[in-house]
Amino acid sequence: MAEFLMNTVGLPTWLAWSVTAGVAAFLILNVIAGGALVFIWAERKIAARIQDRLGPTRTGGRFGWLQSLADGIKLLAKEDLMPDGADTLLFRLAPYVSFCASFCAFIAMPFAFDVVGQRLNVGVFFVIAVLGLEVFGVILAGYASASKWSLFGAMREAAQVVSYEVPLGMCVVVPVMLAGSMDLVTIGEKQAGWLTNWYLFHDPFTFVIFWVYFTCAVASVNRAPFDLAEAESELVAGFHTEYSGLRWSFFFMAEYGSMFLVSGLAAVLFLGGWNGPIPIAELAGWSDGSAVTAPYAVRLLGCANLLAKATVGVLLMMWIRWTLPRLRIDQVMTTCLKYCTPIAAAMFAGVMLWQLFLPGGLLPGGRRTAIAVREGWLEQAVEKPEDSSAVSTDAGSSVSQQLAGVAER
Amino acid sequence: MRGPAFIDQLEAAVPGAVAGRSLEAIDPWLEIAPEKLLPACRWLKDSCEIRFDGLQCITAIDWFQPDAKKAAKVSWEPHTELVYHLWSTVARVSLVLKTKLPRWQGDKPGQLPEIASVVSVWRGADWHEREVYDLSGVMFVGHPDLRRILCPEDWEGYPLRKDYEMPLEYHGMRGR
Amino acid sequence: MSQVIEEDQRIIEFDVRTDEMLVNMGPQHPSTHGVLRLVLRTDGEIVSELEPHIGYLHRCAEKIGENLTARQWIPYTDRMDYLAAMNMNLGWSLAVEKLMQYEVSEKARHLRVLIAELGRIASHLVGMGAYGLDLGTFSPFLYAFREREKILDLFEEACGARLTYSYITVGGLTADLPPGWLQRCEAFLEQFEPIIREYHTLLTTNAIFVKRTAGIGVLSPEMAVDYGCTGPVLRGSGVDIDMRRDGESIYTAMYDGYAFEVAVMKDGHYPRDHEYPAVPVDAVLGDCWHRFFVRMLEVVQSMDLVRQAIDRYSRCKGPLGEPLKLAEKLPAGDAYLETECPKGQMGFYLVGDGSAIPWRVRARSSSFSNLAVAPELCRGCLIADVPAVVGSLDIVMGEIDR
Repeated sequence: MAEFLMNTVGLPTWLAWSVTAGVAAFLILNVIAGGALVFIWAERKIAARIQDRLGPTRTGGRFGWLQSLADGIKLLAKEDLMPDGADTLLFRLAPYVSFCASFCAFIAMPFAFDVVGQRLNVGVFFVIAVLGLEVFGVILAGYASASKWSLFGAMREAAQVVSYEVPLGMCVVVPVMLAGSMDLVTIGEKQAGWLTNWYLFHDPFTFVIFWVYFTCAVASVNRAPFDLAEAESELVAGFHTEYSGLRWSFFFMAEYGSMFLVSGLAAVLFLGGWNGPIPIAELAGWSDGSAVTAPYAVRLLGCANLLAKATVGVLLMMWIRWTLPRLRIDQVMTTCLKYCTPIAAAMFAGVMLWQLFLPGGLLPGGRRTAIAVREGWLEQAVEKPEDSSAVSTDAGSSVSQQLAGVAER
Repeated sequence: MRGPAFIDQLEAAVPGAVAGRSLEAIDPWLEIAPEKLLPACRWLKDSCEIRFDGLQCITAIDWFQPDAKKAAKVSWEPHTELVYHLWSTVARVSLVLKTKLPRWQGDKPGQLPEIASVVSVWRGADWHEREVYDLSGVMFVGHPDLRRILCPEDWEGYPLRKDYEMPLEYHGMRGR
Repeated sequence: MSQVIEEDQRIIEFDVRTDEMLVNMGPQHPSTHGVLRLVLRTDGEIVSELEPHIGYLHRCAEKIGENLTARQWIPYTDRMDYLAAMNMNLGWSLAVEKLMQYEVSEKARHLRVLIAELGRIASHLVGMGAYGLDLGTFSPFLYAFREREKILDLFEEACGARLTYSYITVGGLTADLPPGWLQRCEAFLEQFEPIIREYHTLLTTNAIFVKRTAGIGVLSPEMAVDYGCTGPVLRGSGVDIDMRRDGESIYTAMYDGYAFEVAVMKDGHYPRDHEYPAVPVDAVLGDCWHRFFVRMLEVVQSMDLVRQAIDRYSRCKGPLGEPLKLAEKLPAGDAYLETECPKGQMGFYLVGDGSAIPWRVRARSSSFSNLAVAPELCRGCLIADVPAVVGSLDIVMGEIDR
């Protein structure tokens, strides 16, 4: 689009890029904010159905479609309270930090082939790192609120997120290793073809590690049973105890945004991304071998695929939340350090060995032929699977070191 | 079991403890001399063959008739009565102890009557004694933490005394 | 668990100097079951001391009782344990009847058992649901309330009220059951029975639930007795006491001929425990899990009792009998009676002086004594365990503060 503006419209380079960035940001912001509204509505509806209730029924006609919007208007109209002892600047800043971190991560998040805010060659790293920044907002909120409950919530959040970034990073490295790239678009594209090409079904280790990833993802976005930072029966409301009105809703938007993001990431990394279980587009001959020239319909289909997969992930999180009791903080740490981290490490090693000895997977044919028809620049990565796995193992371990560095910080 | 033999044992173990008895009442009770309450309770819990290991309730009754016309007709002298309901989880029997205190120590209004605390015998007595202190104004000597429990800490007066009157105002709130 | 804490404390001692923090949990806090204020002295997440402050719901019930006749005080007993108001009515009525040496008709006796045991089921359902809420799961709470609503519907049909019934009263009950009530009650029991299995799946055997409750807040039998703990709290510690079996004759006579086993662990087994999930390995007798499980067993036990009561009541030919007059004179003397309420043994004491108005009334609250043990149970636990422990005591502030 920037090229189009520069070449056809004749805008100067800086303006063209700014306009492009603005349009992309606008689109992402609206998609995500709209998505958050839908998810909040869905959560209320699902919680209600799980609990034998009806949930919202009236606002916006049937099914209470507009309930979230009505809530939003109510929140806008609410008084913006701040405790006397609060640190004014930090108190105001905290919700925006959380919100921005959650939404910035979407920049590198592909929705279909090349439908991505900014394609980054370190996309995985970027998403995980930026998502990790969300914790700063929470800590700021807890510290600035001048409430002991908020402080407890913030400290719990800090401890929890930092510890869960480690196994999460390790899980994320596995698809990176398989794809030989940290580019989310490449990772997604490598899983094109039939259902069996998804990394989830690549080998037994990846199947296990997907569930480890999902557990850690739930923990890192503070959803039950890991919602210790806002444990309402212990800490009143945790870090957002003192927030009201729109500021409070920013935290909520961030939470739902992160939920969607980690689910989307799960879809891209393990569930074939925007590739459906059956390669309809290729079977029907819509895309004549090259994804770059694929018609918009294919990309639209890809978007729908990814959104559907991410939504299923989010719904799964809601289901878990309304079923399970909450863990205690030391048990959360135990789950992470005693179970998730060793399992993730073992699976990581397992996938590595699998790549060395059974590089094509158990189901031959599918993967490499599917990729072979893709763009040329992809092919060089898969020319020699042994080499690529060795290279990517190095890359993987260095990434995990980097991630560990991020987590320790 | 709760007959005279049992009372004799108590009398032998703690001389001068039993000041009165009523074995015909609906709940047979023993009256214990106030100064002997603590040793008597300790004996009942630790040494007696029916170990009364549970203290269920402490009640203070204010025997005082504020209405002078009615007061002329009553048969009792004004006093505060403490009633201890004991229970044995081993033998599953209960026992009622009563003890009589003056309404005010030395008949000086404002001086709370004093009695030994039984917290050292039953730890459950802690809150019950605090409640009696709070509502009926009995000072339990030896209680580890005698504070008001139901009323606010700066409340004045003892509401379950018969001559109690609501304060006119409390922190700007109208009382009556 | 306790080892972890001890190690933590050592680390804190040697490595970093930390300050203790005073935290007010309540009176406006989601998990304090009303207006209870707990002052916690914490070091990080570890609670070194807990002190309950009560009295926020004090309504001078005992003082009011000195100005009303015995039957007029019935509505005030409703408002003590408002989750089991029927059992409160029963306790006070029986205490007054004990003083007056009055005996109700056989039909009234069976109807009282029926109503009181339904009240126990309703109360334990709330206790169970709210405990789930304390541990962070919301759904069982609503499942419990769904069934409780049906009991309240039955109560509403019987007496017109849904929360503060004043149905059982001195000398009998205010009204007989409406036609068809027994069938509806049986239908409810029929429908309710399989749902208990759901509760066990969602809570009792849930791995996270077990992790949060097993071995937490262990109350030894000696300490339980010493503090005057009663009811499921006492039985959860393995002390075999149930007033319905061990109480005074006026109360146990009500349950004459009824078959029930006290829900307490004997020789490592609960009664009929093959029908229920096995005790988890981590659970220690007297911990939160056992207190919870005893309540769950009592729900089933009460259902049995309700069935028996329906059977006996429907076979009773005689009249129900009228309750005593509102201003019936009380004899001089005093009487104390404890009954087995859902939360524990509720004692009522009254002193009569020959007039209709008692000279002194006293309510010995079970939750009051049960809460008094909380500081002992919470010493050295984590903040997250405080709701778990206090919730397992199943307290109702209306009864504590009176």
